[in-house]
Amino acid sequence: MIYQSSIWPLMAVLVSLCGAIPILASERKPNLRESWTLLIAAAKVVIVASLLPTVLNGGGFVFTIAEVIPNVPIQLRVDAMGMFFALVASILWFFTSLYSIGYMRALDEHGQTRYYASFAVAISATIGVAFSANLLTLYLFYEVLSLSTYPLVTHHQDAEAKKSGRKYLTYILGTSIALALPAMLLTYQLAGTLDFTSGGILAASGASPATLGLILVLFLFGFAKAGLMPFHGWLPAAMVAPTPVSSFLHGVAVVKVGVFSILRVIFHIFGPDLLFDVNLGVVITTIASLTILVASLIALTQDNLKRRLAYSTIGQLSYMILGAGMLTAAGMTGGLLHIAMHAFGKITLFFCAGAIFVATGKKYISQMDGLGKRMPITYLAFFFGSLSIIGMPPFGGFISKWSLATGAIESGQLILLLVLLTSSMLNALYFFPIIYRGFFLPAAKGEPEGIKEAPIFCLLPLSITAICSLGLFFWPSIFLQLAKMAVIP
Amino acid sequence: MTTSNLHMYVMAAPLICALFVNLLGRRSRTYIAPLTLGSLLFSSVTACFVLANALKNGRMSYTVGNWSPPYGIELIIDPLAALMLLLISVVALLATCAALPTVQREHAGKEHLFFTLYLILIAGLMGLVMTGDAFNLYVLLEITSITTYGLIAMGKGRAVLSSFNYIIMGSIGACFYLLGIGYIYILTGTLNMADIATRLPLVQGDAAVATAFAFLIVGLFIKMAFFPLHGWLPHAYSDAPMGAGVMIAPLMTKVTIYLMFRVIFSIFSPDYAFYQHAIIQNLIIWAAAISIIAASLMALAQRDLRRMLTYIIIAEVGYMVGGIWLANTQGLTGALLHIVNDALMTLCLFLAAATILYRIGSLHFDDLKGLYQRMPLTMLAFTIGAFSMIGVPPTAGFFSKWYLILGGIEAGHWEYVAALIFSSLINAILFFRLIEIAYFGNGDHGHGHKQTLPPTGSAPWYMQGSLLVTAVTLIIIGLGSGQLVQGVIKLALPAGF
Amino acid sequence: MEDFITLVIAKYNYWIYVILMMIGFYAMIGKKNLVKKLLGMNIFQTAIILMFVSAGVKKGASIPILDKHEVLTHGIEAAQIVNPLPHVLMLTAIVVSVSITGVALAVILRIYRKYGTLEEDEIMEKLGQ
Repeated sequence: MIYQSSIWPLMAVLVSLCGAIPILASERKPNLRESWTLLIAAAKVVIVASLLPTVLNGGGFVFTIAEVIPNVPIQLRVDAMGMFFALVASILWFFTSLYSIGYMRALDEHGQTRYYASFAVAISATIGVAFSANLLTLYLFYEVLSLSTYPLVTHHQDAEAKKSGRKYLTYILGTSIALALPAMLLTYQLAGTLDFTSGGILAASGASPATLGLILVLFLFGFAKAGLMPFHGWLPAAMVAPTPVSSFLHGVAVVKVGVFSILRVIFHIFGPDLLFDVNLGVVITTIASLTILVASLIALTQDNLKRRLAYSTIGQLSYMILGAGMLTAAGMTGGLLHIAMHAFGKITLFFCAGAIFVATGKKYISQMDGLGKRMPITYLAFFFGSLSIIGMPPFGGFISKWSLATGAIESGQLILLLVLLTSSMLNALYFFPIIYRGFFLPAAKGEPEGIKEAPIFCLLPLSITAICSLGLFFWPSIFLQLAKMAVIP
Repeated sequence: MTTSNLHMYVMAAPLICALFVNLLGRRSRTYIAPLTLGSLLFSSVTACFVLANALKNGRMSYTVGNWSPPYGIELIIDPLAALMLLLISVVALLATCAALPTVQREHAGKEHLFFTLYLILIAGLMGLVMTGDAFNLYVLLEITSITTYGLIAMGKGRAVLSSFNYIIMGSIGACFYLLGIGYIYILTGTLNMADIATRLPLVQGDAAVATAFAFLIVGLFIKMAFFPLHGWLPHAYSDAPMGAGVMIAPLMTKVTIYLMFRVIFSIFSPDYAFYQHAIIQNLIIWAAAISIIAASLMALAQRDLRRMLTYIIIAEVGYMVGGIWLANTQGLTGALLHIVNDALMTLCLFLAAATILYRIGSLHFDDLKGLYQRMPLTMLAFTIGAFSMIGVPPTAGFFSKWYLILGGIEAGHWEYVAALIFSSLINAILFFRLIEIAYFGNGDHGHGHKQTLPPTGSAPWYMQGSLLVTAVTLIIIGLGSGQLVQGVIKLALPAGF
Repeated sequence: MEDFITLVIAKYNYWIYVILMMIGFYAMIGKKNLVKKLLGMNIFQTAIILMFVSAGVKKGASIPILDKHEVLTHGIEAAQIVNPLPHVLMLTAIVVSVSITGVALAVILRIYRKYGTLEEDEIMEKLGQ
């Protein structure tokens, strides 16, 4: 593949990083500040989209920021896989920005300037991860993302936020320093480079299977943003953040940065062939399967809506890693596709949870009886989102799950198919009661009468993402093509 | 001004200005700031040219007073010495921006005395990195020490005691060094480093050479506060006046580590230091690992920002000593790069501490609540410095740690690798504990702590300016570490590495 | 034993320096009184000076002051004069040692004014209060 040198990948990263400055500068003018946010979000989508046609035609872009370590520059590179993730993240950031305005204003939150600025830095880091050309660059942006989301997680600045923030950093920063960094150094020591190369860089190093296994496990747990058990505890804790943060960062950007990093390692550091030869795929699939099942079971027990969604996310993230671990073309494509499908579905669900909180102040599922009649649009969107996550046609989630199931059959591991089916059933079990309560149970007594839909800025984004989940079933071609290009170069 | 003796001007500027600061500053303190800043600015600019020259022309030898070596005193300007020269002048310049207002508040009326010592200390440090004469090194070492004793004794509270303790420990270190030189002189009959290096392999008497080496290294270990010889440092550096600490803390230990590098590579040979006594080498790396872990844990027990930073300095000494004794390219590269990086990150954190102390009058953790709201720019710079200490890319600290860990892996010293990673984790805890305190809380002061200074309005612009410049430099050095390693440090590594 | 005694007598100057150094070192580390510590430091430094100076000594040699005519006509006979370099080095070392002693005395004076005592444990007691 030929990569042309271009400054646009850098611009895609920088636009929101530099955008944090005018956001900070217009602290006293909320309207101006929010206009900046929207403008930057739109600019980001445009820049990322403008790179799309070349990538679809089999091209790519590259930009070297600095030569820091021999053979390992800080370098941005746009390939199909990076494009795939950047597209998802930038589109959803735009909707989240819209939603944030509705949510934050309706609740009259404090420190909104800091909120928007941190958000802008976080999305820069996310795009940076997507466009990283090597593991070092990826690690750099991964850490920037961890740190820039800390003020978002602890936004409320109360005792609970402090506790959760501590947990968040302990898991995320702790694992990245203690596990991912040594793994990266060992890789560099063995391979002499960290460049993402299709087919992997470790194959030629002649390392023993035990060493490879160690490095793999260090990477799997080192990128704890992917929420593989037992390093998942930060995600439910991080739900103290305002809902737009939970929906975008802990439904899309942060967690998928973790998954994306692991997929990069599997695809481009180890290479599926090497993993197949030394039979390490089974390590990945075992950890992922356990996480899927356990997380789904825990989700059933959660009464706090956001926490239930968080455990659902933990389970769904492992789908993607499971797919990659199957080491077959269909499985890997499915895993990658699920990043996009799950993103649209889960963000809808989180948006709905936030909309319910804005409209009624309710956080617990047991209090949400009968709300569906008063908030029909929100609940319909919630219905769409959950169907997509469960994997029902005609929703986007079906496509990725179908691909995952095909992969499981191709790889001959029927037990994985069983895991997928069980989990889908569990998904249905923890989503349907919410919808059932909303539409079919009578409202509790003493409920105030005036409950109506959330403000338009909240309602519009969640409707659009819900429709997108539906639309992705009929028109998945761009994402499908990018995913296939990423898997089969 | 010819280019061949530019480095002399670098050293002479602060030395001569020290005299004038004393004479003129006695009359009016308005002379002090321009003289001090002017001389250091001049040194910094000139040091840039010296570095450029050294990179272009390679190693250069300069004989003082035209007495040719090995009899006269020789100054060696190689890329590494030139880099250290630049580092010292720039760090001193930035530190002075914070020292001026701080000293004015803490020691009104004694500024001329303070800055006389301060400038002589800087000149002494510059001399140390250039000298090619083993005995001259001793004299310069004592010049820097004596001025440091004086500066520390100017502090408040128990500073005099700390200073006395440092005098005793520092003198033991210097005497050990002098003893080592004595042995070497008896064995070789020369004091010129290069001359010693050529004669030493021919000398009979293994035990005597080993004794000399041991005295030299242990003497320097005491001076650089290498664990377990570190006892004097935390008190000395945290009781010193803030204005002195902000310059001494980043530079003193780093220059001493550079001296150890010189002793190993210019007087002895890597072959002698590393390979003939493999057990000693292993022991020192183990000691470095233990020092890193122990100092990090001790830092965890502190409740005062400056005390915490002093323990981090001790841990960082372990990083660099270990890196040098790993005796491979990666480790040495990492250690030398870390000398530069660590000087700058320590400077950044001490500058931030100085600014906070200037503004709120205390550095106790309980008084730091709500600082992000009160001093956003200072805390931004502090955060960058903290990230560099933790080793978050793209700040400078990450890259030197990268080389150091890689060196450890290559040499198979897993205890050192584990210690480095452990220390990164502890640093993360240390600094996020502080960040948490400063980010949460609404700024109501935990009363009942003795405040060393009354709180005041905002710090002067040049104090904040130098802090921000340092913070930005940390990122620039981080991104430019490829060029720094390829362009300077690779040239500075001894042959065979 | 015989050999050992000959060894000691043959190089008695070095033995004296070692003993002096140990005395000084002990005083610096072991004594509680600050002035005694400082005295120990001086003894330590003197021991080193002794070592350097005795290294330059030659049996039967005279002081290194030369007659110009003598040198021009007969040349220098190195065995006839002691090595001057260690002496000169020690001049510098003495200067260093005196200045450290000066600084240390000044510091001790300030300690005494502040705490009213020079005994280390008494000072620690006062600090503890």
